[in-house]
Amino acid sequence: MPPLSSSPPPAPLAAEARHPVTIVLNGRRRSGHAHPRLLLSDFLRHELGAHGTHVGCEHGVCGACTVRIDGVASRACLTLAVQADGRRIDTVEGLADGNGGRMTALQEAFRRHHALQCGFCTAGILMSLSDYLDRNPKPTEEELRDMLSGHLCRCTGYAGIVRAVMDVTGGTAASQAHQPAEADHV
Amino acid sequence: MKPAPFDYLRPATLTEALAALAAGGDEARVIAGGQSLMPMLNMRLVQPRLLIDLGRLEELRTLTAEDGWLTVGAAVTQGQVLARPTLAQEVPLLAAALPWVGHFQTRNRGTLCGSVAHADPSAETPLCLVATGGEVVLRNAWRRRSVPAADFFLGPLTTVKAADEIVECVRFPLAKPGSGHAFREVSMRHGDFAIVACAATVDGGQATLAVGGVADRPSRRSWPLVDGGLPADLDEALNAFAWDLGGDDDQHATARYRRDLVRRIGRTVLEEALSCRR
Ligand SMILES: Cc1cc2nc3c(=O)[nH]c(=O)nc-3n(C[C@H](O)[C@H](O)[C@H](O)COP(=O)(O)OP(=O)(O)OC[C@H]3O[C@@H](n4cnc5c(N)ncnc54)[C@H](O)[C@@H]3O)c2cc1C
Ligand code: FES
Ligand code: FES
Repeated sequence: MPPLSSSPPPAPLAAEARHPVTIVLNGRRRSGHAHPRLLLSDFLRHELGAHGTHVGCEHGVCGACTVRIDGVASRACLTLAVQADGRRIDTVEGLADGNGGRMTALQEAFRRHHALQCGFCTAGILMSLSDYLDRNPKPTEEELRDMLSGHLCRCTGYAGIVRAVMDVTGGTAASQAHQPAEADHV
Repeated sequence: MKPAPFDYLRPATLTEALAALAAGGDEARVIAGGQSLMPMLNMRLVQPRLLIDLGRLEELRTLTAEDGWLTVGAAVTQGQVLARPTLAQEVPLLAAALPWVGHFQTRNRGTLCGSVAHADPSAETPLCLVATGGEVVLRNAWRRRSVPAADFFLGPLTTVKAADEIVECVRFPLAKPGSGHAFREVSMRHGDFAIVACAATVDGGQATLAVGGVADRPSRRSWPLVDGGLPADLDEALNAFAWDLGGDDDQHATARYRRDLVRRIGRTVLEEALSCRR
């Protein structure tokens, strides 16, 4: 094979400079600046002030930072802000926005079924689910639990989360039988 | 945990990427899905001067089954391969093993080539590549070369790939009619790296077992079938293989437990591969 090219490589974005980054955040164009090393999670929270996306482990394990990038559920802590430039980013704040300002059926079900306690994990789980249920609208409990393995929730033990999803997708949760039918403060 | 500073390049073409990598030398690194590299950057285990992003290069989006090979380009994600409707016929072992690679959310970004370049000894994709007799296609600014998977991995996070080369694609042989395949692994939680992963293929009078998570790289061994069945002395053969693999005690498991898993899961997957021949 002949040399592919003798032209000098193009100039990269310099480490010490802040570069313009424009994303479509929940349907609205938002711009800010980022050093190349800035994580998307920090860009959302510190640069754009969108605090709905949470940060737990910063190495991809806990799932708290999960957002949709061009529709695809991804770890914001494993994405650079400069990589997100020009892309569509959906975060938990956008769910109600896209539903006429009211919580979505899934969010309502989370409340009804005690699918959250402290809520730290919830934003990430909802964003995973919003991608996952678009692709697989009626998962079995086994499939759902496999998907949830990408999130750590230290409070709920996942049973309420599974019930909430099964409630809105019309599936049945094996764990349903062991729970009181309805909590009295709902 | 924030990465140390680096320059960032999003090349428009593969040519630009390879030129930048050649110029950057040891100080440059490519990033594909970032699902292994970003954690290492965040923990400052690696501190490159220049990051070259392969993620958006059209030229690396190849995903084809042709001429007896499934070819997967460097920008193709684990999720995209898993969603391929014909995967279970083409490379059944990969269809069985990919659901074990991380989680839905990490498979949305992570690539097969990235996993092969990363060369974690317990990773499933390198194991499948070795088990099926696949190959790794390497490319730098001047030439392309193809390396059999069995010769590619040298040890933990170490391969024959030179600093100026990228993994352009990985190639898995398409499963032959009449062959059988099975995969199992044991890990702390589903989606964690394997303590032991076993991949078996039965094809053309030969049974092959590949094991990940024990030795410093995925390793395989083959035995001839006897009267169409597994050899009578398989237990002894598996025991010898388990000892030859070595393996150490670590925070996840003892070497002895790993040997036991190789003996037990090894037999199970070989039997499964034999009985599911198509
Ligand atoms: C929570 C979590 C769980 C995980 N669990 C598993 C698991 O169970 N099993 C498993 O196998 N993996 C697991 N992974 C890792 C995951 O599979 C990664 O996607 C994979 O190891 C690397 O692929 P990548 O595309 O993300 O590569 P990157 O992270 O972008 O790169 C990894 C390394 O390979 C190099 N590289 C990448 N692409 C190329 C290329 N084309 N040519 C040359 N060099 C390249 C990079 O320079 C870097 O050194 C997990 C990751 C996370 C975050
Ligand atoms: S903060 Fe991103 S996965 Fe934990
Ligand atoms: S609700 Fe507290 S971590 Fe999930």
